Amino acid sequence: MTVDALRVVSPGPLSTIQDLGRPGYQRFGVSVSGAADRYALRLGNLLVGNDQRDAAIEVTIGGAEFEFTSRAIFAITGADLTPTLNGTPLALWETFGADVGDRLSLMSPAGPDSGLRAYVNVSGGFDTPVVLGSRSTHIGARLGGIEGRAPKIDDEILIGPVTNPVLPGRRVPPKLLPQYGGDILVRVIPGPQDDLFDSDATATFYNSTYTVSDKSDRMGCRLEGPEVPTIDGAHDIVSDGVLSGAIQIPGNALPIILLADSQTTGGYPKIGVIASVDLALVAQASPGTTVRFERISAEDASALARGRMATLRNISFDEPASGTVHSEELRREYDMRVNGSKYHVEITAGVDEGQTSAMVNGIEYVVHVHPGE
Amino acid sequence: MTAGTHLEPRILICGEDALVVEFGNGIDPVTNDRVYALAAAVEVAKNKSVIELIPTYRSLLVQYDLELSSVADMTEFLNDLVASSMVSTEDHDNTRRQIYELPVAYGGEHGEDLDDVADHAGITTDEVIAIHSGTDYRVYMLGFAPGFPYLGGMDERIATPRIASPRIRVPAGSVGIAETQTGVYPMASPGGWRLIGNTPVSLFDPNVHPPVPFLPGSFIRFMPVSSEDTKRIANQVAKGTYRVQMTEQAE
Repeated sequence: MTVDALRVVSPGPLSTIQDLGRPGYQRFGVSVSGAADRYALRLGNLLVGNDQRDAAIEVTIGGAEFEFTSRAIFAITGADLTPTLNGTPLALWETFGADVGDRLSLMSPAGPDSGLRAYVNVSGGFDTPVVLGSRSTHIGARLGGIEGRAPKIDDEILIGPVTNPVLPGRRVPPKLLPQYGGDILVRVIPGPQDDLFDSDATATFYNSTYTVSDKSDRMGCRLEGPEVPTIDGAHDIVSDGVLSGAIQIPGNALPIILLADSQTTGGYPKIGVIASVDLALVAQASPGTTVRFERISAEDASALARGRMATLRNISFDEPASGTVHSEELRREYDMRVNGSKYHVEITAGVDEGQTSAMVNGIEYVVHVHPGE
Repeated sequence: MTAGTHLEPRILICGEDALVVEFGNGIDPVTNDRVYALAAAVEVAKNKSVIELIPTYRSLLVQYDLELSSVADMTEFLNDLVASSMVSTEDHDNTRRQIYELPVAYGGEHGEDLDDVADHAGITTDEVIAIHSGTDYRVYMLGFAPGFPYLGGMDERIATPRIASPRIRVPAGSVGIAETQTGVYPMASPGGWRLIGNTPVSLFDPNVHPPVPFLPGSFIRFMPVSSEDTKRIANQVAKGTYRVQMTEQAE
């Protein structure tokens, strides 16, 4: 029996399994972690028919190659790391079908404004063990992923059962695509320690252009630019809770924006917290990207976040028009597990009186279910 | 310890979906008690929109589901609880201390720097052990790494500077001293603390609920055990049959 999996040919410098993280354990010192770009992960999951919370592989910068050990539907979202399937360039934000032995590569960013982190999403999601409610990898704490680590050569990353089959050629509507890189403007909710900065320092922070440093990682995005000193010059506070998106100002008076692998507590004053709808732009900012800050109220930022969640919940993808779908794509077969039993499911576009039918992504299919494989 | 001012509690905005209730700006038991009294009150209230609590030395961060609540609603919810939990902390008759007993093998291969700590203090190693295990340490908070306790209350007689060149690998369970702090490494990591002993108890196990054997806001007491006992306990820990002893005492 073959395993439904993605075999690692080359993991690249930093590829990790990530989902939406493990909230609820920060009081024990456990970071939330999860995808650095939550929006790209959520969109990718929805695109391939998964739950938004399923796990994908976050590929940082590139250098990664994988081999499918089974047929699968997949999509690449997030950064443009020049993905190819058997050497043929692939579009981002679109589903494709892979056959057994197909090789998926994400080698290097297409350009300086392509983003840093791409997500490999497969229908069914990656089925690595759940640790404290999440599959997300936190390498420092050796939690999640594959035995608490990043994938290495010849690991087979299991693919879960497909519950909501989708067709190749399904695309995210252009109006929902993020624009990474260039000069980014991110909105900041002031606090909780904004009162440690006087009006000059605060003006410097909001009126200056900062540059992303190459010392950034999944814990934090470090910025270079004008200093933001506290009123008394002391940058140590008695430790306080921190969340991803918080902007710490440590002793060198330069901002650090905390990202997914942020520690749970920190002893530096936080001048503000990035609005969640803008945090993906920071997570995708390559070294050299310029960043400017603009104030927003917590209420307005909440409204933006609620709006985005509603957009994701009500999303309708651009479906492949039947005229352009290859004939083989009008008939698909899936092996599914339902309550522990295996089924082989065939779906064929069209209607046949007396047969079970189903609407999938707006197309009517005749469904044949065979127990076993 | 930098005892701070006891402030009137302040509710601060921490992004679009979190509030921080700040009780002070220093490290002292009164402030810390208030943090955990509020954390307990939030738990008891079973507000469905609360998704995360991060208690620290002097503040409680409350993260909420912004689709179920709002800045205004959460501020009102916390303001009400702050008022009621402040009353309960002043009622000392009801305050009980939870003390978790961690077995520790001191010195030798278990704590290579015990002699240095004794030399620095100008006392014997037995005296260091007696002083270190003779105090109940408040777990002010957990942070830095999973299961890492920030402990308060070490006797300053055994305060010792960190080693000049940090070790590349400190074994999990190592009990150390750095200046006036004492702590335990939950997992193997690089570190510069003076190592005086080792506990066979796992401070963080993601397969156990809760993953840490003691709760923040409680107390830890180090119990000296022999090399033989620590091996026996390590076996029980590996089999999953060891339980950290907890006793409750009125303050």
